[in-house]
Amino acid sequence: MPESLTRAVRWDTVVGALLVVVLLLSFATVDGFGNALNLSFLIGNTLPIALIALPMTLLVVSGEIDLSVASTAGLSGAVMGALWNQGMAIETIIPICLVIGVVCGLINGLLVTRLGLPSLAVTIGTLAAYRGIAQIVLGSDAVTDFPAPYLDFAAGRIGDTFVPYAFLPFLVLLAIAVVALHATPFGRALFAIGASEEAARFAGIRVKRQKLILFTLTGLMASLTGVFWALHYASARYDNATGLELSVVAAVLLGGIDFDGGKGTLGGAIAGVFLLGALQNVMSLKDVSAQSQIVVTGVLLVLSVLGPRVARQIAVARAGRRAAASPPAAKTPTPTS
Amino acid sequence: MTHPSDTGPAPVLALKDVSKSFGAVRALRDVSLELFPGEVHALAGENGAGKSTLIKTLAGVHRPDAGQVLLDGASVVFHGPGDARDAGIAVIYQEPTLFPDLSIAENIYMGRQPRRALGRIDHKAVHAATAALMRRLGVELDPDRPARGLSIADQQIVEIAKALSFDARVLIMDEPTAALTGSEVARLFGVVRTLREQGAAVLFISHRLEEIFEICQKVTTLRDGAWIASEPLEGMTEDDLVRRMVGRDLEELYPKQDVTPGEVALSVRRLTREGVFTDVSFDVRRGEIVGLAGLVGAGRTEVARAVFGIDRWDAGEVEVDGRGLTNGAPSTAMAAGLALVPEDRRAQGLVMDMSIERNIGLTGLRTTVRAGLMDRGAERSRSLDWAVKLQVKYARLADTVNTLSGGNQQKVVLAKWLATGPKVLIVDEPTRGIDVGTKAEVHRLLSQLAADGVAVLMISSDLPEVLGMADRVLVMHEGRITAEISRSDATEESVMAAATGRAAA
Ligand SMILES: Nc1ncnc2c1ncn2[C@@H]1O[C@H](COP(=O)(O)OP(=O)(O)OP(=O)(O)O)[C@@H](O)[C@H]1O
Ligand SMILES: [Mg+2]
Repeated sequence: MPESLTRAVRWDTVVGALLVVVLLLSFATVDGFGNALNLSFLIGNTLPIALIALPMTLLVVSGEIDLSVASTAGLSGAVMGALWNQGMAIETIIPICLVIGVVCGLINGLLVTRLGLPSLAVTIGTLAAYRGIAQIVLGSDAVTDFPAPYLDFAAGRIGDTFVPYAFLPFLVLLAIAVVALHATPFGRALFAIGASEEAARFAGIRVKRQKLILFTLTGLMASLTGVFWALHYASARYDNATGLELSVVAAVLLGGIDFDGGKGTLGGAIAGVFLLGALQNVMSLKDVSAQSQIVVTGVLLVLSVLGPRVARQIAVARAGRRAAASPPAAKTPTPTS
Repeated sequence: MTHPSDTGPAPVLALKDVSKSFGAVRALRDVSLELFPGEVHALAGENGAGKSTLIKTLAGVHRPDAGQVLLDGASVVFHGPGDARDAGIAVIYQEPTLFPDLSIAENIYMGRQPRRALGRIDHKAVHAATAALMRRLGVELDPDRPARGLSIADQQIVEIAKALSFDARVLIMDEPTAALTGSEVARLFGVVRTLREQGAAVLFISHRLEEIFEICQKVTTLRDGAWIASEPLEGMTEDDLVRRMVGRDLEELYPKQDVTPGEVALSVRRLTREGVFTDVSFDVRRGEIVGLAGLVGAGRTEVARAVFGIDRWDAGEVEVDGRGLTNGAPSTAMAAGLALVPEDRRAQGLVMDMSIERNIGLTGLRTTVRAGLMDRGAERSRSLDWAVKLQVKYARLADTVNTLSGGNQQKVVLAKWLATGPKVLIVDEPTRGIDVGTKAEVHRLLSQLAADGVAVLMISSDLPEVLGMADRVLVMHEGRITAEISRSDATEESVMAAATGRAAA
């Protein structure tokens, strides 16, 4: 797919370059940005977005979306807090949380693949439902007294470097996701599914099964993120990670993953994630309020959906083939007297 | 072989020394063409010769890089299809361009619906006008049903109705008959003749040469984008025309090899999908080519879909090499050695935004794998092999398939499935939109596959193709198999009789 690939590569490059520019500008002009401690904060605070962005990228490439991820993360954190309060060992709690994530993802996946419902609608529903369950599980408690080694791992960094401990396992997961999307038959099939589900089916690709697997993995990663979140911020509350789905989707789309499916690269998506993370970090340093940060995220989301489209239209117009790109019937309706 | 001259009556629409390139591909080179009122003009050429590009240039979709479009002798520049339409040029494109969610009537009168007071759309008038068009075409289609789910033939009919609704002076048709069966073609030609008698100029493309000779008076031939000849058809033979198109003589069109059928490879027993087809049973043996004939809508495609697992069946069973297939599971059908070349290449056969290489590669996701990862080298050589074997005309394997001409897209679909080395090959309209040279090539290939022991089930609306290639012909009518005719007994009459439900032979 030369056209789409070069377009994606170009967009990747744009986002990557933008990330570099933002980092350089921040180094030069923002006080307190360039030191290792702040950079480790930047990375640590961006990790939740980055973790969920991995399966979300695959999901969007296949033409689906999961908006319930932040609620799954919240539910996983809430269960963790509740069980910890009851005195269960953390080594038992974490697997339970992950299983809950798998179940959440499975429910989304089954609703989408078995009942044929649009994932946008399904996951808006479960977004509310999972968060509601989280609140039932933990109420308005905040559980903070998790064991120190876990807290240190989730919040600490390697020596005086800018690298958080948790960044290392993330890199492993990133590598797995890159390989899965870009080098395995599974990933190859996802692009086909996203571009034309019907043609994928006619090629013997098990569309529903693949989607079900993806939703399940997304649930798993969301719950892992929930565990990480609670430890990283040393606080398990039912409303942990609220609104995180917005950041994830914005970052993924910003990274050039086509909302209609079938296009994009994980490299681009991760560049998008850290671009968003860097902007949020700078805004915090500049004392921009949390609400304003959400506005910025929202604007980015709109821009990232519009950007590639506008770029494409400009490219098409420049190639002088605008007419060829749209069905003739859509052109200049001519009223007959 | 005379160059277009400027004596005699003036052409309504003409091209003069037109060139058009797409990147490195020179789709048209100094091509000239003149269309006269009351004349049906054929445009002939192999796949990728530039026919569709020429039409899009006439229709204002493409702007020529060089040369002129002349309307009533005056040079014009169309800034879009709307301009061409205003000039009385109606075009039926190779690929239907209907809006699936709009009704047939809305598709036809898109943007120019009759209005009532206060600008409200006069739905009654639209409905009535559409119904009148359908009557004129002699088809029964409900103007209010949505375009989604229409068969390709019916979509084509709607496109034709749309073109007719303009009362166009020039009617341009890019392979309008590719998806139609004999009677539907006859109906279309009736309409074309009427239009011609009313003074319209018609430009007609078809890869079925007999149609060109039946309906056209003149023919312009293109080869690799270059103008070869414009001449009257009178006195020409099919062989002459083929020689113009391919630049050489053609080998046999139906190179059927005699093969002694082996054991049963595909066995379909009492297969039923409620409301679609009923109690369908047949066998296809190794080495055999079985034709599945019938009118459009008889249920042939639906049987193929169910056998391959795209749709579920309600009763019955399907076996490949004696092993039962799972209901509704294309992946297991594939694993058992079944391949289906579907009828709609754009929606089902190909991922249009993907490269040629990856499209062919899609059927190899289980085989071109090493240690769980895609073996890109193997994938590439597999795709290259088959693209070359089928003589797909492309610039780079990495080009998306939507830059290919229609016939070459079809070859990519074939390549994709032949690359799986199937035991049973079901082909649904395998040569739709394919030029004569390639058609002969595809037939030779199917024949060779059969000789190599593949069981072939061939669904085709091209009756000569069925008669020329099949060892046995099964005929479907209204969801049932109404006749099984051996090669020696199969004639156009016997097949058509069974297909239309008149007492079978
Ligand atoms: N939009 C495009 N971009 C790039 N190449 C194109 C484009 N449209 C057509 N081509 C190329 O131009 C050449 C002529 O294509 P065209 O569709 O006109 O062929 P055709 O004669 O209509 O063939 P067919 O009988 O298969 O429909 C082909 O090589 C094709 O690949
Ligand atoms: Mg064409």
